[in-house]
Amino acid sequence: MILWLTVALLIAAVLLCLYRVARGPSLPDRVVGLDLLSSVTVGFIAVYAVISGEIIYIDVATVLALIAFLGTVAFAYFIEKGGMPWRKT
Amino acid sequence: MAQNISALLIFLGALFMFIAALGVARMPDLFTRMHSSTKSATLGVGLIMLGAAFHFGEIGMTMRVIAIIVFVLLTAPVAAHMLGRAAYFAGVPLWEGTLSDALRGHYDRRTHRLISDEKVEENLPEGDVAV
Repeated sequence: MILWLTVALLIAAVLLCLYRVARGPSLPDRVVGLDLLSSVTVGFIAVYAVISGEIIYIDVATVLALIAFLGTVAFAYFIEKGGMPWRKT
Repeated sequence: MAQNISALLIFLGALFMFIAALGVARMPDLFTRMHSSTKSATLGVGLIMLGAAFHFGEIGMTMRVIAIIVFVLLTAPVAAHMLGRAAYFAGVPLWEGTLSDALRGHYDRRTHRLISDEKVEENLPEGDVAV
C-alpha cells in the first residue's frame, strides 16, 4: 500500500519537473529540470523493481544514472562554449 | 521487519524527491533551484536504493546498490558544479532579492579564468545573455 503512495509522490515529482522544463525562462533552467527528471526516473525504476520483484531492473537504473550524468555534462559544456547565440533574450 | 524498513526507506526517498521537484518548480532563481534539486535528489536516490537492497536482501543486489550510490554521490556534485559555472558565465540573472554576489567581478568572462585578488572590469554588459 505504501508503495503505491510512493509511486504517486514520484509521479507528482515528474509532473513538477516537466512544468519546469516547459516553463523555464533560460536553457540552464530546463537542463536542471531534465537532470532532476532523470534522477526521479532512476528512483522510479528502483521502486518498480521492488513492486515487480525482478532484480534485473536495478541494472537498468545503473545504466540510466550513467547516461544522465553524461547528458548533463554535455549540456553544461554546450552552454559554457556559447550556448545558442542566435537566441538573445 | 526487513519489509517495514524497506518500505520506510523507499517512502522517505520518494518524499525527498518530491521536495526536490517542488523546489525546482517553485524557487525563483536558477541557483536556488539547483540548490534545491541536487542535494535532495542525491539523498532520495540513495534512500530508495537502500530500501530496494533491504527488500531483496541478496549480496549481488546489495553490491549493485552500493555501486549506484557511490556513483551518484561522485557524479551529482560534478554535474551541478559544471552546470552552475556554465550558467554563471552565460549570464543567467540572479533573483532580484539577492543580497550579495561574491563572484561578481572575479571572473574574466572572455577567458573564463578566476582572479581572486584583484577585480577585473566586466567585459560583457549585463544584458548580454546568450541562452
